[in-house]
Amino acid sequence: MTNTLHRFGDAESFRDDYVVIAISSKGRNDENAVPRLRRFLEIARRFNPVNLGDGRHGGALRPTQSINPLSHWRRNMTPDFDAVIAGLDVATTAAAVFDNRVAAEDFLKEVREADLGLSVNISTSIDGAEQCCHAAGLCRHSVGYSLGFEGKTGHLPNEDVLMLSTMCGHGMVSSSLAKKMIDWVKEGRRTPGQAVTYLTRFCSCGVFNPSRACRVLEEARTRTK
Amino acid sequence: MKINQDKCVACGNCTYVCPMGAIYIDPVVKRATVNLHECVECYACFNGLSQEHLNPTLIRTVRRIFQMLRLRFEPEPDVCPTAAFEPEELTWPRVVRRAFSDPRVPHESTGVEGRGTEEVKTNDISGRVKVGEVGFTIEFGRPGVGVWMREIQEMCWELAKAGVSFEKKNPITSLMSDVATGTLREDILNEKVMSAIAEVKVPVERTEEIILLVREVEKRLDTVVALGVGTRCDADGEERVVAPILERLGYKLERAKTNTGLGRITNAAPETVKLEVLSR
Repeated sequence: MTNTLHRFGDAESFRDDYVVIAISSKGRNDENAVPRLRRFLEIARRFNPVNLGDGRHGGALRPTQSINPLSHWRRNMTPDFDAVIAGLDVATTAAAVFDNRVAAEDFLKEVREADLGLSVNISTSIDGAEQCCHAAGLCRHSVGYSLGFEGKTGHLPNEDVLMLSTMCGHGMVSSSLAKKMIDWVKEGRRTPGQAVTYLTRFCSCGVFNPSRACRVLEEARTRTK
Repeated sequence: MKINQDKCVACGNCTYVCPMGAIYIDPVVKRATVNLHECVECYACFNGLSQEHLNPTLIRTVRRIFQMLRLRFEPEPDVCPTAAFEPEELTWPRVVRRAFSDPRVPHESTGVEGRGTEEVKTNDISGRVKVGEVGFTIEFGRPGVGVWMREIQEMCWELAKAGVSFEKKNPITSLMSDVATGTLREDILNEKVMSAIAEVKVPVERTEEIILLVREVEKRLDTVVALGVGTRCDADGEERVVAPILERLGYKLERAKTNTGLGRITNAAPETVKLEVLSR
């Protein structure tokens, strides 16, 4: 989950970012993991996630291999959660993204009761994760802290771009595209909601948070730096 | 990755979506071109762009007319209008680039997608990091900078000199020709990847020492490093040991991943839980 660990931002900026991931461990609980991962996603669906995905096929908004020219004017901008659930066919990571703590807490409670036997991790602010675990009656087993980015940080783009691009920790959402979308929103060529759908389609495991991205784009619209 | 020059209409969409900035419009041939030296074979262009199958000649003509009339041609930014991307058959050692850069491809050494390691995500059943230990994930190249394998080797050399244990089930460790010295295979050193993680484990008392070592070595690297520090919580689910050390070192802890402890062994014949490290 280093993928979601190093999202850029302070704790406050993660107030609408709760990523819950289920994963099996090779050789230990990966047998018959697919139906259990699917069950994880089915439970998540009931709590209004902003994204669902798996590590092999992507999230709830995906690129199309054979797009119709007319679809430029009527592209599907609605996440297809059913396709994610139905398409999960290998033991990989399954991710559910929520934009509020209550939903994440309620989801974790249900996952605990479902007793799937999979490792379940939550990635958000440290306090946010603690509160979710507490509310769900879970005792934290391990914790992995992000110490942020070091080294030649001069190579990095500005903070708004980083907040968008690091929401796909695999690096599939490029800084250039994130910057372009900020510019397009500033120019009024796209709404934040439209711009977010372009970015979301590049995330290949479904952990991109469109709700937080929309907020970041809206805030970046009037920022001067 | 290759762009079919007969199909490309130089719309420029792909120049923005490449995480490495390795695609540009060649002014001579007026087609999008991949800088193969910098391309990490992540397939973000091929997998991420939606594909149209329009006639290239028609699209070029339309674009020329729009350009002459000074009209802005504004296609959807995530579409390749002529499906011009064509993945190439990758051979060793270039295939290493894709293994570390395309998250959909599981690493052969671990069977795990992404960066190929379970880290503390499955610590509740793997016991990878035990009480009194600290697991470091030292990630190079993230976000969006990339890293050459020779730079990773430089860090691994120093870590090995410090006598740390490299995680066995980790793709970087699997590419070491000598784990005792942290030396990577010679034939992959000039390969660039999107990002990669070196994983080491030490007793909690060595936390500060390792962080200071990493800080020192990263000054010599031309990339960024994202450091993750994993540890066990106590019986109450609290973590009171490592966080104070990190805060003393000046880190403001904002984000963490939390293993909720729900995992359990369910395989009929599970692998034995053992200390999965290679020591010097």
